[in-house]
Amino acid sequence: MKADVGAALAPTAAKQFLREAFQPKIWRVAEYVVIPALALAVSLGLFGIFVALFGKNPLDLYYYMYLGAFGTWFSWQNTLIRAAPLILTALCTALPAQLGMVIIGGEGALLIGALTATGMALAISAAPPLVVQISMACAGMIGGGLWIMLSGALRHYRGVNETISSLLLVYIALAILNFLVEGPMRDPTSLNKPSTRNIGAANMIGNIPGTEVHWGLVFGVIAAVLSYILIYYTVFGFAARVAGGNLRAAKVVGLSVGKLILVTCFLAGAAAGLAGMMEVAAVQGAANANLAAGYGFTGILVAFLARQNPLAVIPVAVLLGGIGASDGLLQRRLDMPDASVLVLQGVIFLVVLASDSMYGRFGWFKRKAS
Amino acid sequence: MADAAGIGLWTVPLAVLGGAMRVSTPFLFVSLGECITERSGRINLGLEGTLVMGAMSGYGVSYLTGSPWLGVLAAGVAGSAMGALHASICGLPRVNDIAVGIALMLFGTGLAFYLGKPLIEPSAAMLPSIDFGWWSSIPDVRAALHINVLFLIGVALAPILVWGLRTTKWGLIVRTVGESADAARAMGYSVNHVRLGATTFGGFLAGVGGSFLSLFYPGSWNEGLSSGQGITAVALVIFARWNPMLCLWASLLFGGAAALGPALQSVGMTEGYQLFNAAPYILTLLIMIATCSPKRTLIGAPAELSITK
Repeated sequence: MKADVGAALAPTAAKQFLREAFQPKIWRVAEYVVIPALALAVSLGLFGIFVALFGKNPLDLYYYMYLGAFGTWFSWQNTLIRAAPLILTALCTALPAQLGMVIIGGEGALLIGALTATGMALAISAAPPLVVQISMACAGMIGGGLWIMLSGALRHYRGVNETISSLLLVYIALAILNFLVEGPMRDPTSLNKPSTRNIGAANMIGNIPGTEVHWGLVFGVIAAVLSYILIYYTVFGFAARVAGGNLRAAKVVGLSVGKLILVTCFLAGAAAGLAGMMEVAAVQGAANANLAAGYGFTGILVAFLARQNPLAVIPVAVLLGGIGASDGLLQRRLDMPDASVLVLQGVIFLVVLASDSMYGRFGWFKRKAS
Repeated sequence: MADAAGIGLWTVPLAVLGGAMRVSTPFLFVSLGECITERSGRINLGLEGTLVMGAMSGYGVSYLTGSPWLGVLAAGVAGSAMGALHASICGLPRVNDIAVGIALMLFGTGLAFYLGKPLIEPSAAMLPSIDFGWWSSIPDVRAALHINVLFLIGVALAPILVWGLRTTKWGLIVRTVGESADAARAMGYSVNHVRLGATTFGGFLAGVGGSFLSLFYPGSWNEGLSSGQGITAVALVIFARWNPMLCLWASLLFGGAAALGPALQSVGMTEGYQLFNAAPYILTLLIMIATCSPKRTLIGAPAELSITK
């Protein structure tokens, strides 16, 4: 041991030591990029075969998918608009995952966040727009946060499985949304499509200058970066990862696991609630059934594809947003049903999970510096 | 409601009772299937997707062949395929069964919507029902007592599964794998193969449950057909303590809760019925809160099951 340290201190040996310390790490990171990329390629291949079975040309499929997602400035903007809520709903799964919890109720938190934000905006609609917008964001985050915190609390205090409870809460949130939108909060002038009153054009959140992309994207990226810092560079994040790695060890060293679970679940729900607020304040202008567009469910896929890493969530959300954005073109040009995107997402999810067994199998990624 | 005037306020409990038998059938099949899967030590959360796939393929085959029973069979086969897919991915090393279940939930619904697009318009042959209400002249009573054959099959299946798990060799193997994979391996049984069988069987029953949705009640194929029945049924297995007989009673309870919203709507309640639609989910949550505990493992839980470990 002593000899090793001594050798590392010598100038040439120090370089060698550094190389040995870091090069394997780079290769390990490469593994986390290459395997998901391969999984994605395999899924696209499988989907191509599936589509070919229905008499469509897979090459056309890939071309239109590229064109609809990233081919033009217009489609890029469409992609980014869809990526914004996906980043936030993916955080709803990725944050509790650090604690070893599988939360899949982002859709419910999004709906509740949208409802509380709309309620707040309608209650104080006379206030200056900036005040309304900030209050909406706070209301949405608190609403969504408490919703997912409920799942966390049930898990911690009653041992209720958080995956099942968070999914049940999605259906309960949907019933609440339908009840409020068709009942007490309904705008009497919305005849065919029940909806709440509009929050007012002045209170809407605008677009990033020079684009059609609303500010939600920026908030999403900020939330992802903050989550990354929280998890990897703070004591709280360290404690959460310890508890996620070994719950017993965390209890033995005196971490208050309950507090970790509740706070993490609140933050996770707050992210999804913010997504709901954005959908109201930047896209819909009111709360209605359009809000349940499945962003919460696609967010689960984004989180798993990003391997629950908040920074990796950003590019993956853009990718999945692109797949969603290409949907319209696929329907128009290839006459494919709107569920095609769901099938592709399902295939990607399955292949990515199957690829979990590939990590550490290839000696190639473990190659030594020498 | 003029025709309801004859029995007045009894309409609601009667509709709930009849609804309990009608609505509970998918819950019953999914939970019985999941019960067997979980007794082998694995949880399949993807049964929501399996249910929708079963509904779509059952409806499609019934429409094409004109025979609803072939549709039920096709639904079961489609469900088995989904179950086998779940089991074979979970059989790979270091793959989490809960995550695969979530993926199958999305995949199953997506695939069913994709393949089922042409089926929204046409109407397929429906499953027959037996009229147990012939003695009554009140239409509500007769409507409530139209009982589907699949429900009766499900009711008969529950005690058979209890017996099968308790006394047959197959039941013992499934239980051994669920309680201690190491013990099963030591006895020379392949854990993965047994779980493949149990998950495929569970998928078959869930698919059959789905065909009930499209071929009897509500009796059509559309994309809003299943809203969480599959996942509720998975939660119901926990409440039923992994016992098929208790699954039957729990399914009836849930069916009754789910029938409450439509029953209230039918007597002219136009406001707030949306909240009653959430009744089965709220009931599930409350029951899970009441029966789970952070301190001890649940009684009857298979020791290898990841969600209760």
